[in-house]
Amino acid sequence: MPKNKLSVQLNVEDFLLASDAERESLTVMRKSVGFWKDGIRRLKKNKISMISLVVILLVFILSFIVPQLYPYSYEQQIRGSENLTIMQYSQKELTSIEAGESVFPHILGTDNLGRDYAIRVMMGSRVSLTVGLVASAIILLIGSFYGSIAGFFGGWVDMIMMRIVDMIYTVPDILIIVLLSVAFDQPLKALAQRPGFQWIQLVGVNLISIFVVFALLYWVGMARIVRSQILILKEQEYVTAARALGASSGHIIKKHLLTNCIGTLIVTTTLQIPSSIFTESFLSFLGLGVAAPMPSLGSLASAALNGLQSYPHRLFAPALMISVIILSFNLLGDGLRDAFDPKLKD
Amino acid sequence: MAKYIIKRIAMAIVTIFAVATVTFFVMNMVPGGPFMSEKAISPQAQAALNEKYGLDKPLSVQYATYMKDIMHGNLGLSVKQRGRTVNMIIGTKFPVSARIGGMAILAAVMIGVPLGSIAAFKRGTLVDNIIIVFSTCGIAVPSFVVCTILMYILSLKLGLLPTYGLGSWKNYIMPVMALALYPSSYISRLMRSSMLDVMGQDYMRTARAKGLSQTVSIFKHALRNAILPVVTYLGPLLAYTVTGSFIVEKIFTIPGLGSEFIGSITGRDYPLIMGTTIFLATLMVVMNVLVDVAYKFIDPRINLK
Repeated sequence: MPKNKLSVQLNVEDFLLASDAERESLTVMRKSVGFWKDGIRRLKKNKISMISLVVILLVFILSFIVPQLYPYSYEQQIRGSENLTIMQYSQKELTSIEAGESVFPHILGTDNLGRDYAIRVMMGSRVSLTVGLVASAIILLIGSFYGSIAGFFGGWVDMIMMRIVDMIYTVPDILIIVLLSVAFDQPLKALAQRPGFQWIQLVGVNLISIFVVFALLYWVGMARIVRSQILILKEQEYVTAARALGASSGHIIKKHLLTNCIGTLIVTTTLQIPSSIFTESFLSFLGLGVAAPMPSLGSLASAALNGLQSYPHRLFAPALMISVIILSFNLLGDGLRDAFDPKLKD
Repeated sequence: MAKYIIKRIAMAIVTIFAVATVTFFVMNMVPGGPFMSEKAISPQAQAALNEKYGLDKPLSVQYATYMKDIMHGNLGLSVKQRGRTVNMIIGTKFPVSARIGGMAILAAVMIGVPLGSIAAFKRGTLVDNIIIVFSTCGIAVPSFVVCTILMYILSLKLGLLPTYGLGSWKNYIMPVMALALYPSSYISRLMRSSMLDVMGQDYMRTARAKGLSQTVSIFKHALRNAILPVVTYLGPLLAYTVTGSFIVEKIFTIPGLGSEFIGSITGRDYPLIMGTTIFLATLMVVMNVLVDVAYKFIDPRINLK
C-alpha cells in the first residue's frame, strides 16, 4: 500500500520484535570491566610489582608458616651449640649424627645463647610484618573516618579538624613514641600482672606504646588524603541523588564516598606498611621495641653489632630481610598506585 | 603575607605548648613521679628531694612553675649527672650533632638535586635507570643497616676509617654518609619528577624558542622551578636527621645530643628526657615554620590560605 505522505499513521514494521541478528549487533562488543578487574589487569602487566608481590608472599610464608614446621623454636636454647657459624654442628650434634640420628642443620648458625638464628630471623620478620599490618589497619580506620567526616561536613567542622591535623603533623612523632614507651613501661607492666591482661606481657609494653602512637599521630597523612578525595566526590550527582532519596550522612559516607576512594585507600595503606615497619625496626634497634625473648629484625641487628667482627652474618641476615621487606612493599605500593589510582601519581 | 606568617607562628607556639604539656603529663604518669630514684632512700632525703624539685606541691602548681621555667628557657636539672643543668648538657652536646646533621643535610641536597636532574634529562636511558634503582634502594634501607654495613666494610674489613669517636675529619665520613643516604635518594626522586614536570611546561619551550642555550634555560628556568618541592622537604628532612642521629650517634659512639637522649632514656633521667624532647620539638617546629614562610616567598603563586 503506498504511503500517504501527509498521514501521521505510524509504520507498523517499526514496532516488530527485533530479529536475532539485530540483537547481536546491539550488544556491547567488550564485556564491561569492573574496577577491580581493570586494576588487577593493569597490575599484572607491571612486572616489578608482580615480582615484589611474589617476594612478599614468600616472606609471609617464611615468617608465618615455616616457623610452625621448623624443628627449633625461637626461644629454645640448645646447650653446647652456642655461637655456631653457618651450617655448623656442635660436638654433641656430630656424635648423634654419627649414631645415625638426623639433626636439622643450623642454616644461619646459632647465637650466643645457643638459639637457632634462622628461626629467630623468621620470627623477627613475623613481628615486623605484624606491626606493619596492624599499624596500617589502625591508620586506615582512624584516618579514613576522620578525613571523611572533615571533608563531608566542611565549614567550621572541617576548619577545626584540619587545624588539629596540621598541629599533629608538625609534632615530632619519634620523640613522642620514645616518651610514651618510657611512661607506659611501669603502668603497663603492673597491669599485665592482673588477671585478664596477661596478653600485655606477650605483646610487649613497647609494642603497645608504638601502636598507641600510631593511633594518635600517624593517621594524619591518611586523613588529609581522604579528605581531599571526599571534597571532590561529594560534589558528584550520585551524592545529591542519594541525599534526595533520603539517605543519611553516615550512609552516604560509608556506601558512596568511601567506596569510591577505595583505590586511594588501598594505595595509601600499602605504602604505610613499609613506613610502619621502618619505625618499628628503628625503635627495636634502640631497645624500645618488642619484649626480650621475642626477636625483631631491629633488635637482632642491634645485638649483632657486638660480634660484628666474628659473626657478620648475624647482622647481614636481619638487615637483608628488612631491606627486602621494605623495598618490596614500596615497589608493590607504587605499582598499586599506577594500577588503581593513576591520579595520585606525582 | 603578614597575616599568613602571624598565623603560622601562632600555630607553632600552640604546637610547642601542646608538646610541652603532653611531655609534662606523660612524665607524671610514671609512678612515683619523674624524679624518684630507683634506690631506696630515707624518707627525710626523699622529702628533701621532693622539696628541691618542687614535687611536694600540687600538680597544677608544678605545671605552672614548669611552664614558667620553660618560657624562661630553663629546662631544669639533670638527675643522673649531678650538678649539671639540662641547658648545659644541650649546650655542649647539640653543636656536635648539629655539625654532623648539617653536613648530612648539605650532602643530601648536593647529591640528590643533581642526581634527580640528571635522571630527568636522560629520561629512559641507562643513566636514568641506574639512578632510579639507587634511589629506590636508598629509601628501603634503614639507617642502622647502612651504618653497620659501612662500619663492617670500611672499618673492620678495609681498615680505612675509625669506628668510633670524633678525633679527625675521617670520623665524620661514615656518620654523614649513613645519615645522607635516605634523604639524598628521596630528594633525587622528588627532583626527577618535578624536573620532568617543569621540562614539559610552556615557558621552557619559550625559553628555548627565544634562543637561550640548553644550559642557560636549565639553570635560569628549569632548576629554579623544579627545586621548589625540595624546599618543602627541608622540614621533614630535619626531623629525619634528628631521629637518624639517635641511631648514628649510638652506633659510632659520637658524644652528641642524640646519644645523650638515648642514654637519658635507658638511664631514666626524666628531666633530661623532657628537656631534650622539648628542645628538639621546638627546633623541628621552628624549622617547619621557616620552610613554609620561605616557600611562600620563593613561589608567590601559592595561594595564601
